[in-house]
Amino acid sequence: MPKATVTFEDIGVTVTVPAGTRLIEVSEKVGAGITYGCREGECCTCLTKVISGHEHLAAPSVLEDQVLKDNLAPRHHRLACQAQLLGGTIVVKPA
Amino acid sequence: MPVAVRPDTAVAVAPGVHWVGALDPAMRSFDIILRTANGTSYNAYVVRGSEGVAVIDTVKANFSADFFARLETVADYDKITVIVLNHLEPDHSGALPELLHRAPKARLYISHQAQTMLKGLLDWKTVKDRVVTVGTGDEVSLGDRTLRFLNTPYLHWPDTQCTWLEEEGVLFSGDFLGCHYCDPRLFNDAVGDFRFSFEYYYAHIMRPFREHVREALDLIEPLPLHVIAPAHGPILRDDPADYVRRYRALSSSSLHSINTKTLLVFYISAYGATRRMAEAVAAGAEESGEVRVSLYDIEGSEPQPFVDLIEEADALLFGSPTINGDAVKPVWDLLSSLTMVDVKGKLGAAFGSYGWSGEAVPMIEDRLRRLKLRVPVPGVKARLSPTEDEFAACRELGRQTALHLLGRAEHRTIDMASLA
Repeated sequence: MPKATVTFEDIGVTVTVPAGTRLIEVSEKVGAGITYGCREGECCTCLTKVISGHEHLAAPSVLEDQVLKDNLAPRHHRLACQAQLLGGTIVVKPA
Repeated sequence: MPVAVRPDTAVAVAPGVHWVGALDPAMRSFDIILRTANGTSYNAYVVRGSEGVAVIDTVKANFSADFFARLETVADYDKITVIVLNHLEPDHSGALPELLHRAPKARLYISHQAQTMLKGLLDWKTVKDRVVTVGTGDEVSLGDRTLRFLNTPYLHWPDTQCTWLEEEGVLFSGDFLGCHYCDPRLFNDAVGDFRFSFEYYYAHIMRPFREHVREALDLIEPLPLHVIAPAHGPILRDDPADYVRRYRALSSSSLHSINTKTLLVFYISAYGATRRMAEAVAAGAEESGEVRVSLYDIEGSEPQPFVDLIEEADALLFGSPTINGDAVKPVWDLLSSLTMVDVKGKLGAAFGSYGWSGEAVPMIEDRLRRLKLRVPVPGVKARLSPTEDEFAACRELGRQTALHLLGRAEHRTIDMASLA
């Protein structure tokens, strides 16, 4: 099964996950500081800074794009409840 | 004593500025969490310029008649070019749909963050062409007067903003610097003693967002304030800067600050097992010698002093036995009090003794995560009387949490399949 590797910089943990896993699922399990509210891509609570490897995340949906825009999210920021890890190595931390 | 508000009459606040709000003296609880012994007011304002009229905020829907009656005494609907909503909560946006209908030339000015919420209040398709989203530095002209916007989010919703009328030195501050205190004499130098209401409002509405309070104060303190016109409670025309100073004091550290990182271990224990685990956790945390570690029996205090401590602390560890498949009530009482302060990003962990199932630890960990703490070190459970290995695990829990606080935790690499 294809894998991805994600590092949560705020707690110093790297996790190997099956490709397709959403970032929030991993963050929640390891207790990183990326937290969530609605879990449906609306509230922007789980805004996450992608320090590197943003190209290894599935492209944002129209909904996620709009929410990021409405909340003035800087470049290379994603919603952890929406972003799927596709492969490679990704490094993130709470926005 | 100044004349109190009369029905159907707007009240002059400054040249060209009128209060057109509504009084709700019978209100006794607000948003479920606030008691309101004096009721409240929904303050809305009109600003008249040479080339347009602005309405700033509206009122709760069932007070719309009062609002429109007062508004009509100082403005024609056809002259209204600007509607500003500093905050979209229903007590301020209740009359908005009707106002948009009655004032067809008006455009609606809201913060960038408010757009998502507006979509939940109105039929977006019918209003989107009239909506202008603004931030700090943006302004709208009324001819000889200009409204300038200050983006002040999370006071106490993501959408909140303030609006500054420079020509008169009036700050329309939304809920910020407001309070639930209904008095028809309206102005802070005329109403009764509302100091308690002002502080109570801060403690329950603004305190969880004190970092954002400080950011907003950075924008507001340089302004030459003549009047602060909040969306609830007295209009602050007598020494308005005094209230800004009070917010600065309230949003500063609630306890004497210390420079070292602080780690608090809270526990409650039925037979002493969880207490001894707590002592081991604290001992482990102290090994570095660089973290200030404190141990508290939850049974020994009301939640409030602990909440003050927690607000200023860096790491929080909770020990609870499991009774009837749950953590015990005093632990939940304390954890349910933490919405009053900002705990986002602090470190958290849990531990405890149990008889046969041990649900308390994962339940506390879940709660800590939902409170937006980081919980990087797995909790420790021990059946009945802890073994030496379990005490060692408690010491390691304390030690690892302290290392995380100091930024010295060893980098871990794990497979997701190994996570519970």
